[in-house]
Amino acid sequence: MSRLKFKGLFCAILVTLVLVPFSGRCASSPSNKFIQKSAFKGKNDIVITFAAPVEEAWAKDISNYRVYEEPDPDIRLEISNITLSQDRKTVILHFDEELNQNQPHVVTIRDIKSQGKNLGTAIVKVKKLYLGFLFSIFIGAMLIHNFVFTKYLGLCVFFGTSQKKSTAVGMGITFTIVMVASAMMSWFLYQFVLKPYHLDYLQIIVFIGLVSLSVQAVDTILRKVNPVLFKAFGVYLVLVIANCIILAVPLILADNEYNAAESFMLALGAGLGFLVALFLMSSVRERLELANVPPTYRGLPIAFVVAGLFALAFLGFSGMSIF
Amino acid sequence: MKVATTKSNTQLVLNGLLNENPIFRLALSMCPAVGISTTVRNGLMLGVAVLFVQVCSSCTIAAIKNYIHPRIRIPTYTLTIATWVTVIDLLLSAYFPVAYKAMGIFIKLIVAFAIITMRLEVFACKESIGKSFWDGLGMGLGFLFGMVTLGFIRELLGMGTLLGHDVLGFKPLLFFALPFAGFFCVGFMMAVFNYVELVFNRMKKKRG
Repeated sequence: MSRLKFKGLFCAILVTLVLVPFSGRCASSPSNKFIQKSAFKGKNDIVITFAAPVEEAWAKDISNYRVYEEPDPDIRLEISNITLSQDRKTVILHFDEELNQNQPHVVTIRDIKSQGKNLGTAIVKVKKLYLGFLFSIFIGAMLIHNFVFTKYLGLCVFFGTSQKKSTAVGMGITFTIVMVASAMMSWFLYQFVLKPYHLDYLQIIVFIGLVSLSVQAVDTILRKVNPVLFKAFGVYLVLVIANCIILAVPLILADNEYNAAESFMLALGAGLGFLVALFLMSSVRERLELANVPPTYRGLPIAFVVAGLFALAFLGFSGMSIF
Repeated sequence: MKVATTKSNTQLVLNGLLNENPIFRLALSMCPAVGISTTVRNGLMLGVAVLFVQVCSSCTIAAIKNYIHPRIRIPTYTLTIATWVTVIDLLLSAYFPVAYKAMGIFIKLIVAFAIITMRLEVFACKESIGKSFWDGLGMGLGFLFGMVTLGFIRELLGMGTLLGHDVLGFKPLLFFALPFAGFFCVGFMMAVFNYVELVFNRMKKKRG
């Protein structure tokens, strides 16, 4: 019975995982029909593909292009040189400095000249594939910047509930659900109440109050509505408040100005990362029970050493970049 | 319901420092102990911040304990702590901007440190303001002591410096300066505390 429930939960999480990115905005769409594609290439280049061959003299003139990052229209990026492909359809803009690909770049192309005709000015937005960006936030929060092993947060609850596998999984799932729900609420409150009214300095009080009140509410409702589920997960609900990660994620969201889809992915990654960490740790600690540990190291000290080894292993993920 | 403690003020402070040291004995609020105990200065800063929050919220709760409905006491504690954390957060960011940056998100996360809530629940909601003040001071000093000890070990062994001054002239074990070494360091210190307790008990047995 409980196994079925676990499966159902996992399926629900998977479905949301697949659906949510599609509701976000999609990759770039040029304003001028003549431009077919625009994308980043490597670290320093932007590639623009035209529908038909353009004139070489026009294409190689640097003054015809203006590039800036979307948030700072005043700062123009210097183009060092331009190469035109053999079929004269693709232009590659080279830059001296590395492009910050997390920001969308706006390229203004003046008076496009093709086969003797002037096709007018085009403004193109170049950005990374959004789905990939979302996915990289998710993987980043779950593995590369795992909150337990690389940010050292939520350790009290981590060591408290990693003695048995069943406890670890129960805690992990409860935590993931509460994490996602509270992060979305905090995001909403921050973007639409705290920020417009300049109440940023209240963010700690508002976030923690929101978490503890919502946990209390879930506790009360679950107890009445579904006693079976409450028996399985109710114990962990109180522990969720004592976990630093539940507060760290809203603070990170507020700092980085993430939008709804990005916030969702970060919260989900943080929750699942905590689940992964708990599961790994509990598997080791179940074995440790049988091992012959020196008396001074029994219990927590040896658990800390094991966690240190895990942290060392998770360093292997650092520097990994997807998309 | 009220059970006034029989301990004297000094005993309360010593209790927090050694017997119930928040980091090494109670194993609460481990995140900062692992995360930012890389130097003595960091440990000192966060220790002082926690000391301030602990003492202030202990006194506040002790003062208003008769007006708190028991069913909403945990959210009340959390909000009280959050208020004091906001105070120290704004103070530090105004007067020590460099150190505040090094601390990152941890100052704000003092809210979620289990040790403060636990002291309010166990001690401050039953005792007078004076006793709560001494208990809060003891716990805060215990945390400060733990953080400074860890910072001392990690800075000395990792970088060969103390408070930024070159002491040894070489770096004995660079390993300790790396962030993840906090786990090993805390584990070793806990083992040391356990060992001292073991030896102490053995000596007691021999004597009596």
